[in-house]
Amino acid sequence: MDLTVIWAFIIAFAVFAYVVMDGFDLGIGILFPTFDVGLERDRAMNSIAPVWDGNETWLVLGGGGLFAAFPLAYAVVLPATYPLIIAMLLGLVFRGVAFEYRWRDPSHRRFWDAAFTGGSLVAAMAQGMTLGALLQGIEVVDRNYAGSWFDWLTPYTLLTGIGTVVGYALLGATWLVWKLDGEGQAHARNLGIRAAWATLVLMGAVSLYNVFLNAEYAARWMTAPEIYFAAPVPIITAVIAISLLRTLKAERHSKPFWLSIALFFFGMAGLGVTMWPYVVPPGITIWDAAAPERSQIFMLVGVAITMPLIIAYTAWAYWVFRGKVGHEGYH
Amino acid sequence: MFDQLDAILLARIQFAFTVSFHFIFPAFSIGLASYLAVLEGLWLKTGKSIYLDLFKYWVKIFAIAFAMGVVSGIVMSYQFGTNWSVFSDVAGPVIGPLMAYEVLTAFFLEAGFLGVMLFGMERVGRKLHFAATLMVAIGTFISAFWILSVNSWMHTPSGFEMGANGQYLPGDSWLEIIFNPSFPYRLVHTVLAAYLTTAFVVGGVGAWHLLKDRANRHARKMFSMAMWMAALVVPVQIFAGDMHGLNTLEYQPQKVMAMEGHYDSYPDGAPLYLFGIPNDEEQKLEYAFGIPKLSSLILKHDPDAPLAGLDTIPDDEQPPVAIVFWSFRIMVGLGFAMLGVGLWSLVARMRKRLYDWTWLHRAALVMAPSGFVAVIAGWITTEVGRQPYVIYNLMRTADAVSPLDAPAVATSLLAFVVVYFAVFGAGVWYILHLMHKPPHALETGVKQGDTGPIRTAGITPGPTQDPIDQMDQAVVDIKRKEER
Repeated sequence: MDLTVIWAFIIAFAVFAYVVMDGFDLGIGILFPTFDVGLERDRAMNSIAPVWDGNETWLVLGGGGLFAAFPLAYAVVLPATYPLIIAMLLGLVFRGVAFEYRWRDPSHRRFWDAAFTGGSLVAAMAQGMTLGALLQGIEVVDRNYAGSWFDWLTPYTLLTGIGTVVGYALLGATWLVWKLDGEGQAHARNLGIRAAWATLVLMGAVSLYNVFLNAEYAARWMTAPEIYFAAPVPIITAVIAISLLRTLKAERHSKPFWLSIALFFFGMAGLGVTMWPYVVPPGITIWDAAAPERSQIFMLVGVAITMPLIIAYTAWAYWVFRGKVGHEGYH
Repeated sequence: MFDQLDAILLARIQFAFTVSFHFIFPAFSIGLASYLAVLEGLWLKTGKSIYLDLFKYWVKIFAIAFAMGVVSGIVMSYQFGTNWSVFSDVAGPVIGPLMAYEVLTAFFLEAGFLGVMLFGMERVGRKLHFAATLMVAIGTFISAFWILSVNSWMHTPSGFEMGANGQYLPGDSWLEIIFNPSFPYRLVHTVLAAYLTTAFVVGGVGAWHLLKDRANRHARKMFSMAMWMAALVVPVQIFAGDMHGLNTLEYQPQKVMAMEGHYDSYPDGAPLYLFGIPNDEEQKLEYAFGIPKLSSLILKHDPDAPLAGLDTIPDDEQPPVAIVFWSFRIMVGLGFAMLGVGLWSLVARMRKRLYDWTWLHRAALVMAPSGFVAVIAGWITTEVGRQPYVIYNLMRTADAVSPLDAPAVATSLLAFVVVYFAVFGAGVWYILHLMHKPPHALETGVKQGDTGPIRTAGITPGPTQDPIDQMDQAVVDIKRKEER
């Protein structure tokens, strides 16, 4: 396996880690208005307060890693989706400061709660639309973005944007099923079931749209021998979806969350199959965009040493705050 | 309406705005994280509750400053691609890996342990909690290490080769890239600046409370600690700044020419201008007032040493002199004002009047924000001073910009300005509000319900994930255990 492929998998891992980990933070932000003001909201917020910052760091690794490992892709995608990226960043500003500000200023807590929700919603929508803009293809001439200003705004990108919002809501709801009890948990379970259905419908819609969007994408899924690798993905996804709905109804605590993550994993695997080997469809492959070997090796050493440590202390931080969020902080 | 030049100017303003705003927070949190680690370490070592009280007092402020640093920092990690995509493409193979190392070795470390530091005292115990605080402090330093290496490489590029596709590619040794010629000086100068920024904020807050209540022993402790920093570290910083200046003279002479206002060459000793109005068009320093030969003495350690001026540099390779000239003077002036406060505090301390001289307290209060101003002025000096280049002598800023239309850049700039002033204005207001409260002694700090705005929702006594409540609870628990 060559280094470029390894790096493609590392970036994909960082993006996946970001999507599921900040996904449930953003999902809680999106669902926040449906929780009662006071205890329920406080507990929902408290369930992620110690970990959101670490979760968001995966976004910096995804962006920074792309810059380092595939600089051409970074230099093309960001100008092409400029308004989306700016919107996402500003959304994350509001979302991030709300964690601190809402405790500091009870007289404006409603405002900061709204900022928490608005920021989460905008960031999630922008991320989903960026994914859509990437999948539908970016026009490149001479190593530069050559499309027009609103290429990123199409029915397809709106669909992927809404799909991401709903998917994050599913992650957020199932996280809260795990971390809350009593009425808050029942509410989260109810939201989870609805979000699960919506996520499945939108995943199906995006998948179908992909097939019609681009003949090459269709060929990826419809012809041998690719179909043998590709076909299990939707089948497994369907099995996970059924189990997810069953565990949500069956009063399980942590299982729905893990199954939601599995759903995202196979959804992303499907996207990987669709895009491979392009990092910026339709013209730039991972090899076109790859940094030179010296850069790849240097960073690979860093990843090999630090990544196990990062995963270990991140897991420890989650372990420290394990269990249901109690009525007096954590108990 | 707009032409290409406007798009470049707008992109530059946007970067300057977002990075200046961002840097305010790490300049504070690098120093504050270390201060918190020192306070907690002293608490563990001596068992004196005053250190824990101060830790609790400052950790709330740290949490807000850190959150603002994080969200404004994520913006920076994407600014390179959104607004400087050509630069990102060509320089990515060299500086991208350094930034990836920053994420891997610093950002995850800070973020991973921050939750435990803020909320985990009662869950992990004192020693592990101290370890978490240390990791956050170390993380802030590692972050400074990598990002300043990247920045320094853009000032003094080394260890690279040119690729056939126009990219800058890493050469044989990464050490040559990381430890490029200006990096050690910039790192020392900047990290010391961050420590001093924090010291003067802590000193200013201590002074504010001493002015209101001279007997407040918490205020006394923080004021005393801060004044030790001012007295001991400011002289070191002035020396480090001088060394950094000499390094700049060697590698970026036209920056020093602009700092000094030397439009002309001085074959037998250059003057140090204290005042003047730079005029780039006439290439002349108007209303100049200076001390003869002092510049040569400082820069060359010989009053008669010749110094070349901007007349040796083509006009289109000169930085805009006025900005560099003035920002440099603001930084240096504040540095000497800090030195004055530090020496004054030493005199007061020797006469055992450190907590009695109200004029010293007033001076320290006025100087509380001086670190931020000095740091921003210093960055303006170094960044504007390397113009018109983004990679010094190799790539012009005008050639680095993304293929964006001016209206797009203008719109996003406007959005950043509005959002940053609103959001970070609110955050600074909350921080000032916390600073305004006198540091509590342990007994009064743990009472539930008297902490005013920090409490959760008014009617329902809800749970909080609030640092102070968590810490207070931890202290109560620990005290109970000790009492048994």
